[in-house]
Amino acid sequence: MIQVISLLLEDKTGALMRVTGVLSARGYNIQSLTVAPTMDPNLSRMTIVVDVESRLRTQVIKQMNKLINVLQATDLTDAPAVSRELLLLRVKTSMESRTAVLKEAEIFGARVVDSSVEGFAIEATGATEKLNEFIDVMRSYGDIEVTRSGLLAVSLESKKLRLAPPVIRGVAAQEDEEEGAAIYG
Amino acid sequence: MPKTTGASPVTTNVKPGTLLDGSKILLECLVREGVDVIFGYPGGVTLPFYDALYDHPIRHVLVRHEQNAAFAAQGYTRSTGKVGVCCATSGPGATNLVTGLVDAMMDSIPIVALTGQVTSSLIGTDAFQEADTFGITRSATKHNFMVKSVEELPQIIHEAFYIAASGRPGPVLIDIPKDVFQGRSHYTPVNSIHLPGYKFSNEGHAGQIRRAAQMIWEAGRPLVYAGGGIIHSGAANELKEFVELIDAPAVTTLMALGALPGTHPNYISMPGMHGSYAANMSMYESDLLIALGTRFDDRVTGRLAAFAPHAKVIHVDIDPSEIGKNRAVDMPIVGDVKRVLEKLNKVVTELKPEMSAARSEDRKAWWSQVRSWKEQHPLEPSFSVDEIKPQHLMAEIDRISGGNAIVCTDVGQHQMWSAQLIKFNKPRLWINSGGLGTMGFGLPSAMGAQYANPDQLVFAICGDGGFQMSLPELATLANYGLPVKIIVMNNGYLGMVRQWQELFYNNRLSQVTIDSFPEPEKLAGAYGFKGKTVERPEDLRKALEEAVADPGPYLLNVRVTPFENVFPMVPAGGAINEMVLGPPKPVPVA
Repeated sequence: MIQVISLLLEDKTGALMRVTGVLSARGYNIQSLTVAPTMDPNLSRMTIVVDVESRLRTQVIKQMNKLINVLQATDLTDAPAVSRELLLLRVKTSMESRTAVLKEAEIFGARVVDSSVEGFAIEATGATEKLNEFIDVMRSYGDIEVTRSGLLAVSLESKKLRLAPPVIRGVAAQEDEEEGAAIYG
Repeated sequence: MPKTTGASPVTTNVKPGTLLDGSKILLECLVREGVDVIFGYPGGVTLPFYDALYDHPIRHVLVRHEQNAAFAAQGYTRSTGKVGVCCATSGPGATNLVTGLVDAMMDSIPIVALTGQVTSSLIGTDAFQEADTFGITRSATKHNFMVKSVEELPQIIHEAFYIAASGRPGPVLIDIPKDVFQGRSHYTPVNSIHLPGYKFSNEGHAGQIRRAAQMIWEAGRPLVYAGGGIIHSGAANELKEFVELIDAPAVTTLMALGALPGTHPNYISMPGMHGSYAANMSMYESDLLIALGTRFDDRVTGRLAAFAPHAKVIHVDIDPSEIGKNRAVDMPIVGDVKRVLEKLNKVVTELKPEMSAARSEDRKAWWSQVRSWKEQHPLEPSFSVDEIKPQHLMAEIDRISGGNAIVCTDVGQHQMWSAQLIKFNKPRLWINSGGLGTMGFGLPSAMGAQYANPDQLVFAICGDGGFQMSLPELATLANYGLPVKIIVMNNGYLGMVRQWQELFYNNRLSQVTIDSFPEPEKLAGAYGFKGKTVERPEDLRKALEEAVADPGPYLLNVRVTPFENVFPMVPAGGAINEMVLGPPKPVPVA
């Protein structure tokens, strides 16, 4: 079953690999993945769409939350959330069809971002199904080339972000040993 | 021959602000983390580090293969509870560590691995002895780091030790390029670290603990199922108190032998694939499993659908991802098992007067049932006048140990017989590769345990297969005068594989015969210590006593009945109550 996961993680070397490793180690194939910085430049927001067996959905989220670099992993599959995708499409079209293509784009709320004698480059955003339809329509006018961003999702609930506080460490060997003993046997 | 062994604190006199190179800063951070010894092997890119180590008070044990550095660090950790440290160079050194890291990961053992890396400017050029250690060890560790500058070194070292030992413990690797060892920086001690995403809760939810206590008194057939978490969190005393308070029978997993004294009246034994009849039947018939720091491993549960079908489950674990992973749970408690048991013991005591009477008749019946299972099929050694039975060997080791020796094993039949028949008075005496099941673990882990506990009797019990995977470390034992008693349970076969071939592959014994075992006198003699073979049952006790009395390392090769198999046995995929209790009747050969 398709699972949509939203993650807030530290922008560190290898953090992406740790997250995708949770999925690949279990043989899951990622359908789409987007990642970009947040307002805090040290953090990234990631949306993953992946086909996961239903009974293992919770386990996947728990495993991601265990990663040191992950601040929060949330399952948005059945949660109140808005999701969108961005599509960039290049269509080759004959001179006669140009007006029709522009009309179709308008119907889908898409914008032309480049125009040439060969055709157009068009940008569209929307739900995945709507973009699929748009692609079908454009294909009927001529050869097309498509790049999609994959799903971006934002939760409509504000979930409290629980973070670990700083820890006293490395002050002196003696004190450390005592602290270590308290934590570990 | 360097002989100074044992864990003892190291002190230095480095002033903050001093201009130091990366190697010295690294060593200073290790001192502040309480490190007294490193198990390692030098190489090209770690030269600057080894140069700094040359006249540093932190000691170094030169192993003969990097994999064994990781196992020795584990032996140090498993026997003391302190974070063990191993070190290897880039490329092959680092890749050789990997098995030891995964092994530590599976058993939640906190070790820190330091690896050298090629100089930063050469990374990604297929430089000599370059490997993507950071990538390779990502899934082999709890967390790993690649250091990019000498300035960030102190922060990373302290983070690594904190991550390794806290929460659910595990191995952490730090990959350090050569130029970071050589780079110079004014040493600024780190006083605090901040890992905002690293959350774990130690305390346990008070409401859930109270409800768990109620469930315990409401149960007629409760069973305590204690795992390695008890050892890791140092909760043996709390466990004993708990078991006595609720007066329930208790089983301890392969990772938790010694969590309750082997002689404790409430102690049943180990459950699982080669667990005792009583332990497995108790699991099956219980109406309340109290799972403490354990993870419902497939070797414990057998077929999950048929595991403890009548039981409600209380599951205490520090790792939320373990709760409900394999078995649905009625009362989850996320927390450090020591802290949780401290609180649970209070609430259980408080509720005892009003609640304990209700099911007292059922509890009596439950106890008499459990006792009768124990009597029907006890775990007993078997003896022969013609040959040394493996169980006879373990019984003799148990007698000499008296519950006090450190016993490290390899993986296979000898490991299961050891677990069944050797008793332990306290935690951290039983050391074995439980989750990963790594052959070649016993001897190097015994090396680390003996180094940390120089005055204690340490056995490395190996099969003749696993022992031959550890051969290089005989030199290390000799070199450091570590008096490990190596007991090879030699049946001439890879016994556990052969057992499965006999039982499930029509007795077609494929690639399990291992002849050409070296003569122990000559082998040990080549390294300057004593070795011997014992074949007769009447000579066994004396041979073991001689080995233990010898001041040095000792190799005792014990020729045992070749075709003995481990029972009880729950066949893979079988239900836990459907044990094969003994060998099948002989089938005439056509």
